[in-house]
Amino acid sequence: MSETITAKDINEQDKALLSDLQDALANCMKCGNCMEVCPVYKEVGKEAAVARGKLSLMEGVLKGAIPLSAAFDTAMSKCVSCKACTAKCPCGVPADELILRGRQAAVKARGLHPIKKKVFALLKSRHLFDFSLRMAGIFGPITFKKIPGKMAALARFPMPGMDYKRVTAPFASTPLRSQYPEVIKVDRPTMRVGFFTGCTINYIYTDVGQSVINVLKENNIEVTMPSMQHCCGTPVYMSGDVDSAKILAKHNIETFDSYNFDYIVSACGSCTEAFRIEFPHLFHDDPKMSAMTEKLAKKTYEISEFLIDIVKIDKTKLGPVDVTVTMHDPCHMARGIKVTKQPREVLKSIPGLKFVEMKAPDRCCGSGGSFSLGNYELSRKINDKKIVDIASTNADTVVTSCGTCRMHLTDGLFQNNMNQDALHVIQVLDRSYKAGKK
Amino acid sequence: MEKHHINALKEIVGEENVLTSAEDLYCYSYDATPGHAHMPDAVVSPANTTETSKILKLANENRIPVYTRGSGTNLSAGCVPTKGGIVLLMTRLNQILEVDLENLVAVAGPGVVVADLNKEVASFGLIYPPDPGTVATATLGGTVAENAGGLRGLKYGVSKHYIMGLEVVLANGDIINTGGKNVKDVSGYDMTKLFTGSEGTLCVITKIIAKLVPAPEAKKAMMAIFKDLDNAGKAVSAIIAAKIIPATLEIMDNATIRTVEDYAKVGLPLDAEAVLLIEVDGNPIVVEQEAAKVMEALKANHADFVQIAKDDAERDKLWAARRAALPALAKLRPTTYVEDATVPRNKVPDFLREVSEIAKRNNVTIGTFGHAGDGNMHPTIVCDIRQPEEMERVYKAMDEMFKAAIALNGTLSGEHGIGLGKLPWMEQQHGTVAMNAMKSIKRALDPNLILNPGKLVGEC
Repeated sequence: MSETITAKDINEQDKALLSDLQDALANCMKCGNCMEVCPVYKEVGKEAAVARGKLSLMEGVLKGAIPLSAAFDTAMSKCVSCKACTAKCPCGVPADELILRGRQAAVKARGLHPIKKKVFALLKSRHLFDFSLRMAGIFGPITFKKIPGKMAALARFPMPGMDYKRVTAPFASTPLRSQYPEVIKVDRPTMRVGFFTGCTINYIYTDVGQSVINVLKENNIEVTMPSMQHCCGTPVYMSGDVDSAKILAKHNIETFDSYNFDYIVSACGSCTEAFRIEFPHLFHDDPKMSAMTEKLAKKTYEISEFLIDIVKIDKTKLGPVDVTVTMHDPCHMARGIKVTKQPREVLKSIPGLKFVEMKAPDRCCGSGGSFSLGNYELSRKINDKKIVDIASTNADTVVTSCGTCRMHLTDGLFQNNMNQDALHVIQVLDRSYKAGKK
Repeated sequence: MEKHHINALKEIVGEENVLTSAEDLYCYSYDATPGHAHMPDAVVSPANTTETSKILKLANENRIPVYTRGSGTNLSAGCVPTKGGIVLLMTRLNQILEVDLENLVAVAGPGVVVADLNKEVASFGLIYPPDPGTVATATLGGTVAENAGGLRGLKYGVSKHYIMGLEVVLANGDIINTGGKNVKDVSGYDMTKLFTGSEGTLCVITKIIAKLVPAPEAKKAMMAIFKDLDNAGKAVSAIIAAKIIPATLEIMDNATIRTVEDYAKVGLPLDAEAVLLIEVDGNPIVVEQEAAKVMEALKANHADFVQIAKDDAERDKLWAARRAALPALAKLRPTTYVEDATVPRNKVPDFLREVSEIAKRNNVTIGTFGHAGDGNMHPTIVCDIRQPEEMERVYKAMDEMFKAAIALNGTLSGEHGIGLGKLPWMEQQHGTVAMNAMKSIKRALDPNLILNPGKLVGEC
């Protein structure tokens, strides 16, 4: 594609995409406070890496001062979407959202990155996606070597879009939703809950999904995992492909709405954020979808939040778990849905468990969802700082509330020759319920 | 700049430390000052003094302008490469080289972030006091070059009071050392003081020897609300007359109070003409005595409401209003000018009144807050730079404001520097003869006029 696409061209192509951007960008007073908190800038040290630089680049494109070039595209992609800049901004500029808009403009003008294009095309077809990831689970052991005792695996040979030495989690041989009936009955249920598993829990971290189900069953809650549910769309949305994100969102909204659940529960900050914030945002100008979306948004909870705020778990049923735990707050928990107290309360309810707070627990782990696919070395550097903070707590277990964070922490611990377990909060609670029965 | 210059720069610092793409250059065309932007031809990041020296030698021989930059948080357009050329990015010189506990000094590179230096010395019970609002992002080099101040200026002074020595590279690439670790040092011209606050127009700072002081053991914060601005002014004078020098003595005017209240709902009365925030620090016993005297002075001068913080949580609450001042104002409109005109302490009420008159007269929104104790005010103009008619009124108000400060025997800048932002009024403050003296210094040290040309003293 030519390097000379200008503001005029884009404006002609898609005026709606840019119409409100000018005002939002003008609100950035370029104070540079975002430099203090941006994990990418801390590593790269160049202005184009930080929100102030990225927003300026967008302004430059709109003014016609610089082209909507490959370099623009690269600058926009160098963001973990951790929202730390937005939380810090004295002018209230939603920098993370604006950077997504920058990505959208780049996608419109230049198309998606070829690797992402292939992955997302797959994602749009639920059948094809499901089939591929099942196959990955079945044939996974041929391509990945499991690391003993951990939910982790190393690639046996180089794979496209993957760093050779990177540790990921193995695909499950049987996805979570195939391990259970669609509706998991309990005697005299107190409520009916729809479990939005998300992709990592369904296809990779089935252990987390099992713990969610166990814990909800312990609380007499009927769990349904709608078989037609699909990826929440966050990865495509974050990459600037709004049209695909809308297709996935609409599918999930209609699927979950048809069940009329009391609550919708997810065990991932980003998935919860999708239902609660992103979906309403995507359909705010579509009256028919908007009502349905708002209704679902109001009854969607992240699992720890659900257990503490809604279920109000009976702590006397919990047995001792003798571990020292530290916690990493995923960005989309801390600054997306703003849930940080409840996971801590879950942990502190567990007898025998020693909780040690790490330094800056809500600083990004470097994963950034699919960011780490295209920027592995950079995401490792950000993660190494997190690993140092984990090490200084002397905890034997680090917990979090996000699949990709867990995966990236596991990789970081492995690369730094550390032996700590990386788990989801709910897995430790599940253990505690089991210990309570002994 | 020509291709062979770029290649020569790459030879000096390595390919990856020279940025030349349009996108990267665009990102170094601005600083935190509204309305000033220009693209450089290259952004060059040296790793050390030797590389810096080679870059300057090359630039000097080829008459290429050089704009030294740290984190680019400047508020007077000091970092903007108005004539193209090289943006010299000093952030890679970010090592704290020494913390000397016997002499109470730190030696550090210019790229060290000020808050990081303070984190490092805090473990020894020490502080480096200058704390501009951007302390968490600004570099030491940038704050020294701008002679930055901060909230503790009244008691602790500004950057120049803490810089004991420098290593600098002159325009021709020569490296010189000024000052040192000596507490007393009258050998030769005080080049350290000359370079501190020279805004990148005389040299490039490559190493800083900074004085450290013991961290105060205790702090006590107080707040007072005044319905009458004059009473607030009298209270400030009374506190100083009682021989108390608070670390912090802040004021907010009515426009700021109303904006803060609207934004943060901290419970300030909307008809208050001034709010004072006072903090004393030091030895715990002395702090208690001083706090009591401050409270007395506030009451004696008819404060309509006073409060003293009993603990850290209450201290945070009192500070919340002052901390919200800039964010609350900045959120009103897209463009924010934070000025720093400064007047003698006893002229603060007069200046605040002038500013609100000027705002009214020109139909411009100005909220003023600032450091009442040292007279350093921050009239903050919020507007929309994309509206030419409004900007005409803004520039007129700015002009009247600076002239008012000068008329009150004040100064254009208490801590942000002159750069380009306040250059138009320099002659009015200093007169032609003084300006010529300053220009002679500039020409003597930088005969080819390559260092931040056109700033601070203007064209030479």
